[in-house]
Amino acid sequence: MSRHSPVAVMGVADRVAILRQTFSRLAPRYQLRNPVMFVVFMGAIVTSVLAALNPPQSGEPTWFIAAIALWLWFTVLFANLAEAVAEGRGKAQAATLKTARKDTPAKKMVEMHNRKMLQSVSSATLQPGDIVLVEAGDFIPSDGEVIGGVASVDESAITGESAPVVRESGGDRSAVTGGTRVLSDWLEIRITARQGETFLDRMIALVEGAKRQKTPNEIALSILLAALTIVFLLATVTLLPFSIFAVGEAGKGSVVSITVLIALLVCLAPTTIGGLLSAIGIAGMDRLIRANVIAKSGRAVEAAGDVNVLLLDKTGTITYGNRQAVGFYPVPGVTIEEMAQAAQLSSLADETPEGKSIVALALSKYNLTESNLEQLQASFIPFSAETRLSGITLPDRQILKGAGDAIISHLAKQNAKLPDVAQEKANQIARQGGTPLIVVENARVLGVVHLKDVIKHGIKERLAELRRMGIKSIMVTGDNPLTAAAIAAEAGVDDYLAQATPQTKLEKIREMQRGGELVAMVGDGTNDAPALAQADVAVVMNTGTQAAKEAGNMVDLDSNPTKLIEVVEIGKQLLMTRGALTTFSIANDLAKYFAIVPAAFVTTYPALAALNVMGLASPQSAILSAVIFNAVIIVFLIPLALRGVKYRAAGAATLLRDNVLIYGVGGLIAPFIGIKLIDMALTFIGWV
Amino acid sequence: MTFAMPTLTACVQILVYFLLLFMCAKPLGTYMARVYAGQDTLLTPVLRHFERGFYRISHVKPDEEMSWQAYAQAVIGFSLVAVVGLYALLRMQHILGFNPAGMGEVSPHLAFNTAVSFVTNTNWQSYGGEATMSYLSQMLGLTVQNFVSAGVGMAVLMALIRGFSRRGKHTIGNFWADLTRGVLYILLPLSILFSAFLVSQGVVQTLKPYAAVELLEPAGETTTQTIAVGPAASQIAIKQLGTNGGGFFNVNSAHPLENPTPMANFFEMLALLLIPAALCYTFGVMVGDRRQGWAILAAMTIIFIPLFLFCMSVEQAGNPRFAALGVDQTASEQSAGGNMEGKEVRFGIVNSTLWASATTAASNGSVNSMHGSYTPLGSLIPMLFMKFGEVIYGGVGSGLYGMLLFVVMTVFIAGLMVGRTPEYLGKKIQAFEIKMAAVAILVPPLCVLLGTAIAVMSEAGQAGLLNRGAQGFSEILYAFTSASNNNGSAFAGLTANSPFYNTALGLCMLLGRFFVLLPVLAIAGSLAAKQTVPQSVGTLPTHTPLFIGLLVGVVVLVAVLTFVPALALGPVAEHTVLIQGVE
Repeated sequence: MSRHSPVAVMGVADRVAILRQTFSRLAPRYQLRNPVMFVVFMGAIVTSVLAALNPPQSGEPTWFIAAIALWLWFTVLFANLAEAVAEGRGKAQAATLKTARKDTPAKKMVEMHNRKMLQSVSSATLQPGDIVLVEAGDFIPSDGEVIGGVASVDESAITGESAPVVRESGGDRSAVTGGTRVLSDWLEIRITARQGETFLDRMIALVEGAKRQKTPNEIALSILLAALTIVFLLATVTLLPFSIFAVGEAGKGSVVSITVLIALLVCLAPTTIGGLLSAIGIAGMDRLIRANVIAKSGRAVEAAGDVNVLLLDKTGTITYGNRQAVGFYPVPGVTIEEMAQAAQLSSLADETPEGKSIVALALSKYNLTESNLEQLQASFIPFSAETRLSGITLPDRQILKGAGDAIISHLAKQNAKLPDVAQEKANQIARQGGTPLIVVENARVLGVVHLKDVIKHGIKERLAELRRMGIKSIMVTGDNPLTAAAIAAEAGVDDYLAQATPQTKLEKIREMQRGGELVAMVGDGTNDAPALAQADVAVVMNTGTQAAKEAGNMVDLDSNPTKLIEVVEIGKQLLMTRGALTTFSIANDLAKYFAIVPAAFVTTYPALAALNVMGLASPQSAILSAVIFNAVIIVFLIPLALRGVKYRAAGAATLLRDNVLIYGVGGLIAPFIGIKLIDMALTFIGWV
Repeated sequence: MTFAMPTLTACVQILVYFLLLFMCAKPLGTYMARVYAGQDTLLTPVLRHFERGFYRISHVKPDEEMSWQAYAQAVIGFSLVAVVGLYALLRMQHILGFNPAGMGEVSPHLAFNTAVSFVTNTNWQSYGGEATMSYLSQMLGLTVQNFVSAGVGMAVLMALIRGFSRRGKHTIGNFWADLTRGVLYILLPLSILFSAFLVSQGVVQTLKPYAAVELLEPAGETTTQTIAVGPAASQIAIKQLGTNGGGFFNVNSAHPLENPTPMANFFEMLALLLIPAALCYTFGVMVGDRRQGWAILAAMTIIFIPLFLFCMSVEQAGNPRFAALGVDQTASEQSAGGNMEGKEVRFGIVNSTLWASATTAASNGSVNSMHGSYTPLGSLIPMLFMKFGEVIYGGVGSGLYGMLLFVVMTVFIAGLMVGRTPEYLGKKIQAFEIKMAAVAILVPPLCVLLGTAIAVMSEAGQAGLLNRGAQGFSEILYAFTSASNNNGSAFAGLTANSPFYNTALGLCMLLGRFFVLLPVLAIAGSLAAKQTVPQSVGTLPTHTPLFIGLLVGVVVLVAVLTFVPALALGPVAEHTVLIQGVE
C-alpha cells in the first residue's frame, strides 16, 4: 500500500463520484444527522421560497434574497463536499480490497488431516469450525488458523508488503487472512470467522466509512455545537420582535427582514466546524489506514490520543532483538588476538545471530578473516540442551563457548576450575545488562565474550519525544531485573517490567489503570491476549495469532512495534484538529456581527453605522459578504481538515499557546480581512 | 464617547477596596473549607451544640452521604417548602401580628413573585418594603430566606467541588449538613458582626412602629412626616453578605437609614463581594491546588476591573448634551461632577458606580443609585455583568459554580486543542458534562431573550414602561436579565408590580435558578464517580495566564455573541442617539 496522496491520483471517475455524493447528500434525512448544517439547509429552503415569492412592495430586492439563498445552498454543498472528499480517499482502497474478497472455490476437508477426501464448496458457505485445504496457487477462502502444514503466503493484498510470509501451525504464526494467496506448499486451515465478519470485511467497512460511529469526543463536541446553534437561533428569532418594537418606537426605518435574520443565524452558527466535523473524523481514520494500521473503531483512535502510558516490548521495539558481541575480554596470559580467534572459530558454523555477531566482531576489530571449516578439518559441535555449549572440534583441540554455569560444569568434568578473573568479568558484564559467554580451549579458559542487547537506532529520541508529550514508557522484558534495569537506563525508558509473564503484564496494566492511567500496548502472541484485552489501546501485529488480533483493538499490517507511537500521534492530531477548527469557527463570529448588526438596524438607528468598522459598501453587500465568507471558508479549510493540524511533540502548555495563537487569534482576524475583500470584490464587479 | 479620570482620593479608595477584598479571601476561604469539611474551627466549641441540636430535631445524619439525585431532591424539596411557606406568610401577614403599620395582605401575583424571588436568592422586589411588608414578613419571611437561599447556593457549590476532588465515589455530601454548616458557621456569625457594625453607623434596628416627626418647615397643611423604621440592620447585613440584595426600604441602600455613612457604604460594598471572592480560595483548598482557586479569582477580576473603570469614567464624563451646552461636569472640591442623575450626592460617582458594578457582578442586586439614570454606556455595564450569567464573583456559591461551568466549557475547547480528551483537575470532561453545562449556560439567556421578546410584543409588557424608545427597551431587557440570572437589581422606570411582570419574572427566576443548579449537581455526581487522570506535561495546565485569558474569552464571548443584537437595540442605540450632533 503506497503512501501516495489520493487527491493527486484522483481520476475523473472519482471526481464525478464525489460530485454525485455532494448533491445526493442534500436529502433532508441525511442533513438531519448534523443539526448545525440542518439549520443552514432549512435557511436555504426558506430563503429560496422567499426569493421566489418576493412581493415588489417588500422593499427588499429579489436579487439580494436570491443571492443569499444561493450562497446558503453553497454552504450546505461545501460541507457535503468535504465529507465526500474525505470518504473518497478511502473508496479507492476499498475497491482494491473488494477484489480480494471475491468468492473463491474452497477445498473443504471432510475429515481432519485427510487430504484426500475433499469437497469443493464456495468460500461464501464456509462456517467457523470448517476445515479447508489450501494448496500452492490457491486463495485462502476466509480467516482461520493453521492446524497443519507450512507454507509461504502472499499477503500483499492486505499489507501491501510484497515479500511472502511463512505461516505454520502452532506458535505465533498460525493466523491466516482470507483473500491472501498460498505461494508454495499447503496449509490445513480451521475457519474462525463468520461470513461478513472477516478481517477483510471489517477493513472494507472501515475504509468506506460505512460503519462509522461518532466517537465520544465527537459526540461531546456535537452537543456543544448544537447548544451554540440553539443560542444563536434564539438570539436571531427574538431579534424580530425587538426590531418591530424598535421601529415602532423610533417611528422610522424598516423591520429587519427574514432573509437578513437567516443570514445572521447561519453566519453565527458554528458552520465551519459543523460542516467539517465528520470529514475530520473520516480523515483521521484514513491517516491511520495510511500508516497501515486498521482500527476496529474510531473510539480506539481517540483513546490513543489520551494514552499516558505505553507498554513497549523490549525485543523488537527497544532493542534489535538479537544480542550482539561487543567485546572480547581475555584472561591474563592470553592475548586478545588469540582469544578473538578462538571465539571466532567456535562460532564459524553457528548460525544464531549471536554467533554471527562474534564472527563479525572478530573480523572488524581484529581483522581476523574467516577460516574455511573444511580446510581446518573441523567439525561443528551444535548447541545442545544437555550441555548448553556449542563450539568446534579441530584436529588438535576443542573450542567451546557457553554461559558461566554451563562452562563451570564442563570444566568440573575435566577437574578444572573457572579462574576468578573470568568469573569477575562475567559478573560485571551481567551487571551492565549484557550476557557473558565464556570461551574455553580444552580445559583452558581463554576469556569472556560480551554479548549485548543493541538499542535500536533512534528509539531514544522517540522515547524522549513521548516524555515531552507527557507519555510514560514502560519496557516489558523477560530478562532478569539487573539486565532489564541496565537496558532501561540505556534506552531512556521511564520504567521497566522485568521477568514479565502474561500474568504480571496484566497485573501491571490493571494497577496503572486503577491509578487513572490510560495504557497502550503492542502484542502478538496468544499469551499476550489477556493483557491486550485489558489495555485501553492494544495494537496487534498482523503476524500475530488470531486470539491476539481478537483481543486487540488495532492491527498493524506492517507488524512494526514502534508503530504505536505513530498511532498516538494520529489520535492526538484528530482531537487537535477538531479543537482548532471549533475555536476558529467561534472566533469568526465577532467579525460577522460587526458586518451584519449595523447593516440590519442602520435604517432604524442610523447612528449604528458607527459599528461598521470594516467600512463595508452597503448593508446588502455587508450581509452578502459575510454569508459568502462563511461558505467559502469551509472550502478553504477542507485541506486542513483532511490533513489535520500540524502536530509536534510538545507539552500541553506549548501546544495550547501555539494553537490559540493560530486558530483563536487568527480566527478573530481572518474574517475581518476576508469579509472586507469579498465586499470590495462585490463592489468592483458591480453586484451590489 | 468621552471618559474622565477619577480623583486621587477615589483612586486610593478603589485600591483599598480591592486590597481588602483579596486580603480577606485567604483567611475566610480557609475557614469555609474547614467548615464544609466538618473540621473544627474557632467557633466549633460554641456552635457545635446548636449544630447537633438541629440534626437531632430534624433526624439528619450529617455523615450520611447522598447521591446527586438525592441531593437534588433535598434541594428541590427544601426550596418548594420555602416558596409555599413564604407565599402563605405574605398572603396572611395582615392577620399574623408584628404589623404595627397595619400592612394588608399581599396580592397573589406579588406574593408568588416575592416568594420565588427570595427563595431563588434573586431578591427582585416588585414591592416597596416599607409600604408593603409587615415586620413579621420582613423578619420571618424575607430575612430567613436571605440566609437559607444563600446557604443552598453554597451547599450546591460544595457538592460540585466534591465532584472534582473525589474519585470513584457515588456520593457528593449531605445537603442538610452543608446547609446547616453554611448558615450556622459562616452566614450567621458574619451577619451578627456586620449588623452590629451597621447599627453603630446608624442603621435602624427596632420593632417600634413607624415614627411621626414634626416637620421643621411645615409644608402648608402638612406638619408631620411618617418615617418608616423597623428591624433593618439585621436584614441588611445578610442582604449584602448573602448576595441577596432585597432592601428593607424601597430605595434600598440609597436610603439614609439603610446606608447612612461613607463607612457603612464602604463595608456594605465590601460585603457584596466578600464571600463570593473567598469561595474561590475555598475551592482551591478543597481540590488540593490553591493555584486553581486563584486562577478563577483572577479571571473574575480581570473582567471586573476594566468594565467597572469604564462605567465609572463614562459616568464621570457626564452627559455629552450638557457638555455641549457648556455645563461644567468636572469633579471639583464643590461638586462630584459627572452624571449625577439618580445618584446620591453623598456617594458621588465612584461609590455609585463601584456599587453598581459589584452588585450586578455579584448577583446581589442591592443598589445605592438608580441604574436607569446612568448614561446609556454606563448602564451597559451593569447589564453586561448580569449577562455574563452572574459568574463574575456572582452569588454566594452560585457565582462560582456558574464560573466552573464556563471552566468546563473552556477546558473542553482548549483541551481538544492539545490533543487529549479534555480534563479539569484530572476529571475527564465528556458528553454528559458538556450536555449539562450547555443546559445551565443556555437557560438563563433563553429566558432573557424570550421574556423580553414577549414583553415588547404584548400590551401588558409595554404598559409597565416609564420611558419609550431604546431606554424603554433597556428597562424591559434589564428586568428579564436581572430575574433570569437571579440578580434582583432593577433598572428603575419599569413598573413591574403587575400580574404580567410578576408572573413572567417569577418564572424566569425559577428557571434561571434551578436549570443551572440541577445540571450542576448532575455534573457533580458524574465527576465524583470518575477516576482522576494523573498529571503530566501532557495535561492542560489550568492555572496559567493563558488559560485564565481563555476563560475570560469564553465568558465574554458567550455573553457578547448572545446579546450583541439586543444590546445594540438598547443602550448602544440610545448612546448613538444621545451623541448625535454632539460629537
